[in-house]
Amino acid sequence: MLDDFMLRAALAGIGTALAAAPLGCFVVWRRMAYFGDATAHAAILGVALSLALSLPVFAGALIVALVMATLVTLLAGRGYAMDTLLGVMAHSALAFGLVAVSFLSGVRIDVMAYLFGDILSVSRGDLGIIWGGAALVLALTLWRWSALLTATLNPDLARAAGIDPRREELILTLALAIVVAVAIKVVGVLLITALLIIPAATARPFARTPEAMALIAALIAVVAAWGGLRLSFMFDTPTGPTIVCALALMFCASSVATAVRRRA
Amino acid sequence: MSAALVTTAGLTVRHGAATVLENVDFSIVPGEIVTIVGPNGSGKSTLLRAILGGVRPAAGTVTRRAGLRLGYVPQRLVLDATLPMTVARFLGLPRRVPAAEATAALARAGVPGIGTRQMAALSGGQFQRVLLARALIARPELLILDEATAGLDQPGSAAFYRQIEQVRRETGCAVLMVSHDLHVVMSASDRVICVNGHICCEGTPEVVAEAPVYRALFGEGTQGALALYRHHHDHRHGPGEGCGHDHTAKRAAAEEQA
Repeated sequence: MLDDFMLRAALAGIGTALAAAPLGCFVVWRRMAYFGDATAHAAILGVALSLALSLPVFAGALIVALVMATLVTLLAGRGYAMDTLLGVMAHSALAFGLVAVSFLSGVRIDVMAYLFGDILSVSRGDLGIIWGGAALVLALTLWRWSALLTATLNPDLARAAGIDPRREELILTLALAIVVAVAIKVVGVLLITALLIIPAATARPFARTPEAMALIAALIAVVAAWGGLRLSFMFDTPTGPTIVCALALMFCASSVATAVRRRA
Repeated sequence: MSAALVTTAGLTVRHGAATVLENVDFSIVPGEIVTIVGPNGSGKSTLLRAILGGVRPAAGTVTRRAGLRLGYVPQRLVLDATLPMTVARFLGLPRRVPAAEATAALARAGVPGIGTRQMAALSGGQFQRVLLARALIARPELLILDEATAGLDQPGSAAFYRQIEQVRRETGCAVLMVSHDLHVVMSASDRVICVNGHICCEGTPEVVAEAPVYRALFGEGTQGALALYRHHHDHRHGPGEGCGHDHTAKRAAAEEQA
């Protein structure tokens, strides 16, 4: 049943979208967009390391993304402004990763596949890992939903309710690293943040509660993953970027619709 | 005497090299209303945050009674514009409450029927009342308020404090608050603690109001500037602070006369 590469690609895209969209809401609410970028860019270094050490790419990307996320969290508030710090780390990690890949003689790899994704080459094994990771992220998000939401509103409010905001932050970081590792194959390290942010931003005008926003974001992400895949097949365009284009168009439509509704 | 809900012993908090709080011994028992007063930067809010567990003591301990239920009303809560939130949903954070209970809580807080409104669309007074309603839903044994009336006008904050007293009467919960509204707060409290990096003085409102250190910090009518001299402590207070609080004291005095 999973012999068709288009079906596997569609399932990979939908799985990633389902996990990324609700998590992306927290990225938007907590203004962590650049944090997502830094984590994702670092993953290319993880790819290089896994190829050098003959580890699975998922494992390498996950580990380096986690290290990066932890490093950023530890360094936050020590001298540099957060956006400066993240800008330095995100692009340094990407540059070191690309340089590291170039050192790997004997291994012929297509760097583009990791930068922009290669969803059409998803194997059955990949699909298992993608859905496993996506299910884990979705489970983490649902399990910690209320606590995460309270900690996002105000750390002291969370503490008074017996929630440790630092622990919730750690769980969010972990979930983010897993999404990055899972999404490399689908949209590549450069476009992962788009998969987190754009569905949430598109859903915002139509939601009255946080839960509604997450649900609408997930729906938008799934539609874009499916639609982007079809469009890339029709026009023979790179699939990862086409999925992000579909998201961007939906965001524009949402913004225009909101503006029109306000005027009316 | 009943067992204390929260006790701090020798609590010292530092931010970097600066010592914000030094050697603070504090406790609050069930049903008590305690107010912390002090100039800006005196460590009032830091003491509250230490009790909530938000700052790590450099020395000393903070002990909460096991299983203590806390209610907290922050000074202000900024909702990111990207976060949609109805009043009803907010009341159910972090634990969902039945719709009937949420409706009743809003009515008790004096803001009935606003459950479907967005938090961002509320006025300052409505917002603070919703924060209070949310804090009370968990049936706290200790209610902590950090300048909860900061954005409210005089009648608004007076009404807010009347409600706090009513809550204490009805539920018997203890209340610990930081406030700038000295004249309102002083009359409503069982005990006042004057903090300025350490506990300067404490006692019933009458005792504290008469204490030289308190008068030194907050002035006494037009003689506030003179009173600064009488503060026999190892630290100094800038004249700006004295002036700032002088107005409050004057206002209080004026209203007492009125």
